[in-house]
Amino acid sequence: MPLAEQPSSVPVVVDEGKCIADKGCTVCVDVCPLDVLRISDTTGKAFMKYDECWYCMPCEADCPTGAVSVNIPFLLR
Amino acid sequence: MDEITEGMSQVDCDILVIGGGTAGPMAAYRAKKKNPNAKVILLEKANVKRSGAISMGMDGLNNAVIPGHSTPEQYVKEITIANDGIVDQAAVYKYAQNCYEIIQELDNFGIRFQKDENGDYDVKKVHHIGTYVLPMPNGDTVKKALYRQLKRARLLISNRYMATRLLTGKDGRIAGAIAVNTRNAEFLVVRAKAVILCMGAAGRLGLPTSGYLYGTYENAANSGDGYAMAYHAGAGLANLECFQINPLIKDYNGPACAYVAGPFGGYTANNEGMRFIECDYWSGQMMQEFYNELQSGKGPVFLKLNHLADETISEIETILHEVERPTRGRFQINRGNDYRHGMIEMHISEIGFCSGHSASGVFVDDNACTTVPGLYAAGDMASVPHNYMLGAFTNGAVAGEHAIDFVNDVDFADIDEDFIAAEKERVLAPTKRTDGIPPNQIEYKTRRLVNDYLQPPKVTRKMQLAQDRFAETREVMENEMVARNAHELMRSLEVSSIMDCADMAAFASLFRTESRWGLYHNRADYPERDNENWFCHSLLSKDGDGKMTIRKKEVDPYIIPIEDDEKDAYDKQRVKAQA
Repeated sequence: MPLAEQPSSVPVVVDEGKCIADKGCTVCVDVCPLDVLRISDTTGKAFMKYDECWYCMPCEADCPTGAVSVNIPFLLR
Repeated sequence: MDEITEGMSQVDCDILVIGGGTAGPMAAYRAKKKNPNAKVILLEKANVKRSGAISMGMDGLNNAVIPGHSTPEQYVKEITIANDGIVDQAAVYKYAQNCYEIIQELDNFGIRFQKDENGDYDVKKVHHIGTYVLPMPNGDTVKKALYRQLKRARLLISNRYMATRLLTGKDGRIAGAIAVNTRNAEFLVVRAKAVILCMGAAGRLGLPTSGYLYGTYENAANSGDGYAMAYHAGAGLANLECFQINPLIKDYNGPACAYVAGPFGGYTANNEGMRFIECDYWSGQMMQEFYNELQSGKGPVFLKLNHLADETISEIETILHEVERPTRGRFQINRGNDYRHGMIEMHISEIGFCSGHSASGVFVDDNACTTVPGLYAAGDMASVPHNYMLGAFTNGAVAGEHAIDFVNDVDFADIDEDFIAAEKERVLAPTKRTDGIPPNQIEYKTRRLVNDYLQPPKVTRKMQLAQDRFAETREVMENEMVARNAHELMRSLEVSSIMDCADMAAFASLFRTESRWGLYHNRADYPERDNENWFCHSLLSKDGDGKMTIRKKEVDPYIIPIEDDEKDAYDKQRVKAQA
């Protein structure tokens, strides 16, 4: 059976003005236990690629520029 | 991004530790400390810096046996009673004797524990009998402090490698493990003289009430991979029917947390704001009373703090919102909740396996040895009951120090190249399909079935139906699952662990035809405890034909005797009706 693309609002938000992933930083991507963050090929900034979040917060706590914020996933808000 | 490259490399080491959460780092650290010349590799599916149950730290030690506050003998007695007597005391006794030394080691690492004005550890009483709860004012720094020590000891760390199967030699001895990189699907074969499994709970077994797959009580990365790997290597697994079910903040699905609030005067209440359990320490019996109240006209259940002074609430709030699960604070703000003005709705967690809180784990003796020679297990996945974070550290140390002596006397076991080739094929199968069912749908269905059919109260016919549905879903998993990149491949491997754990949960629960451990193994059609036939462990394993099998195993003779009038201390959980 073919696969569909389903939209999903993701809990981790990155402020692209503050994110320095384009300067080589990968801290948030490195520390995520679920490995759901990536650096975008087009913007060079970090983003949440997979909606598989434990809302645990290392990405936010360890970000050197305060660019990352973790929200509570909608389904359990 | 996440493209599959399919390379393969091989490394040799003396000890391979799998899992870099709590027990794993301590096992690797202590092994290396005892023999600095040994080659010790720490393998981790995520990144050791922030992996495991203590990713954001811990608010305190829940089972600290500290001279002057409690004794190892008293602790062994308490844990034996809390587990309805089904305990091999040697491992619990060893933990209780060793854990104070581990606290001092953690203190040296820079993790502060709460002390009173005399400089003595400020231990609080939460358990029914003894005093073991020690707050950690800078508990958010645990993982950082630990990581610093690993770097200093020059341990070899391999992040983003997920172990998929253990290797055993012809003689049944451990030979190593196969792992796959979660970013590019490259394989790594590790030959090792000993392997220590520290892979955490099976926390993605039941489905949280929110329906969000990753909104689990446990760190959602803990998908039961260690239980599945130990099973396939032929190791015995003990008392899997003794499920983990924990009280939590409803929907948020993290601890509420009465261990923190209790010593300050907070407690678990019903809708009338009344206390209904004598003791907030998590046991199956306590969870049964919690469940009864939830189902009753006095439900649901709440965390009550609003009778406390403002500064006391602020102190509790600081702990709850900064350590372990810091997004708790954001959740409460979204809901408009304030501990000062109302009570916080609580619920019970989805089921899982976790000896950290209950007793379901890979069977280990008091040296952390499993039933497979050279294979060790520690932490939430090993069978030492109620061992919490300090148990993971302490038993991790036990495993590391025993394994480093074991490897002195052995050489590498032979590895089977055919097995490795077959495993590579099994792992990559979902990436060879262009269409089919994605892992997230197979996972959702499996875990929904776990909720429908395995959640206590357990019913024989329902559990048999579960086995039928699991078999159908497994068929799909093995023949139709599709993964489009390395990340989805990791998820597909996790689904396989979840499926194995679901099968084991049903199989073990059907075996024990009695009720025991309160809610954890409450069988509606066998409601009584049956000490005559079931005062024993259950030991599940894979037989020579690859079939699941299970048998009774005697409880080892007690080291610390339990008097008849003490045995039922944990059965009297309900607050007596007021006259």
